Amino acid sequence: MNPQLSRRRFIKAVIASSVAAASSSGIHSALAQDRPRGAVERLISLNINGQTRRVDVSPQETLAHTLRYKLGLTGTKIGCNRGECGACTVIIDGVTNYSCSTLTHSVRTRAVQTVEGVQSADGSLHPVQQAFIDELSPQCGFCTPGQVMSAVALLQENPKPTRDEVRHAMAGNLCRCGAYDHYLNGVMRASGQNS
Amino acid sequence: MASFDVMPDVQLYQPVELDDALNLADELGDEGWLLGGGQDTYGWLKDRAKQPRAMIDLNGIEALHGISETNDGIEIGAATTLREIIRDERVNRDYSLLVEAAGRVASPQIRNVGTLGGNLSQDTRCWYYRRGLDCYRAGGNICYANGPESMNREHAVIGASRCVAVSPSDTATALVALEATMVARSVKGERTIAAEDFFVGPDTHITQMTSLKAGEILTAVRIPAKWAGKKFYFEKVADRDVWDFALVSIAVAMSMDGDTIGDSRFVCGGVACTPHRLTNVERAVRGKSLSEESAEAVAPMASEGTKPLNYNHFKLPLMENLVRRAMRG
Repeated sequence: MNPQLSRRRFIKAVIASSVAAASSSGIHSALAQDRPRGAVERLISLNINGQTRRVDVSPQETLAHTLRYKLGLTGTKIGCNRGECGACTVIIDGVTNYSCSTLTHSVRTRAVQTVEGVQSADGSLHPVQQAFIDELSPQCGFCTPGQVMSAVALLQENPKPTRDEVRHAMAGNLCRCGAYDHYLNGVMRASGQNS
Repeated sequence: MASFDVMPDVQLYQPVELDDALNLADELGDEGWLLGGGQDTYGWLKDRAKQPRAMIDLNGIEALHGISETNDGIEIGAATTLREIIRDERVNRDYSLLVEAAGRVASPQIRNVGTLGGNLSQDTRCWYYRRGLDCYRAGGNICYANGPESMNREHAVIGASRCVAVSPSDTATALVALEATMVARSVKGERTIAAEDFFVGPDTHITQMTSLKAGEILTAVRIPAKWAGKKFYFEKVADRDVWDFALVSIAVAMSMDGDTIGDSRFVCGGVACTPHRLTNVERAVRGKSLSEESAEAVAPMASEGTKPLNYNHFKLPLMENLVRRAMRG
């Protein structure tokens, strides 16, 4: 068996069983039927990477939590969980957001794009992803999904940015390996300009 | 004290009509929490340092969005994002001071969701207070930031009263300089508050940063035509260019009469619990031109009346130098 798959399946199973245990024993008090009048409904549809996903979301849940632990989209990383690092960056209606600091309920009517959704339909990498590989941009790689999303959003809006514009657009993504210049090189290459 | 990084159980309302939001805010009172972009909110909640019963998400209310012209200037809805303000043509043309200030807030992702109302209403960054300690601001009777060994390099150098926390908002300094008016609504009706009175110091209300009452919602900010297209200067000094709050910032609006300065507003951020007007500098620059000479003459006045704490003396030359740079033209 593929060890990675089995580990992931195991974690998913643990999460699923704990959710079941919690709801059957009544720990989750805020079920749909006993929410206060006018408060948000828990069962909602989300538009994630062009697909409609039905999911049970508690009122206070963050998008990063929903993506990773309910929808299995673990490409989005949780670094600080405080909007201070950028590892959880996703694109919502064309604009970058920290998914750790976004309520899932606030994106019900909006289009969410995660790092899983940037490659093309045939599975080939997005130019930004390919350029990051070519320029050896990531070092440890933990901040990379967030860096990809910020770069993708920038190039959608400004296909030929200057190096300084890239620097400003990527300023909300920390890289603790300090590979910033390599990411800058990657974005410049992805935009078809000399890095 | 235990540390958490996940959200606590809290209820969420997402009204689409302002009246519904006002009713909710009225019903919930102190137990309700108004939600703009949420970038100040979630830290408080994840730390369990503030424990509201329910959040009222204001972003779905159309009436709180957008920038419109009025008879006397412009009106910006409180839920308008900083990103929208930075990119607005009219604001760029007439009130570039606000654009520069909003452009220096936090990081791109935070400016994408952060609202003007939220930036103005955010709570102070005093780390003792935000840690959930029982200080004056949290209703206790001690200040942890002003003891012999307190770490207070980011705290107030003027206007402190028991609490030494400072105003963290970048847009607040710009809006005080532009003589903006805040519009607040409650179930009882609407009232307008001058920007200078909107922000309150610890001598007025030690547990709050603004004069908003429980149940009131900041709905809009009006900027008068008086300062449209005038001479502006904004500069923010922070440890890092991204994320960090101002150590000291300055927002200046000057009405030029040829080469000489007429009316002016000099406002410092990061030095007091409210945006701090340098009224002595404003008086001194009247009739002067923008030059190295007048910069040298008025700069030392910037730090008059300050009382630094153990670790924030460095803010005094910063205030003076920011005035100096504003006056060089």
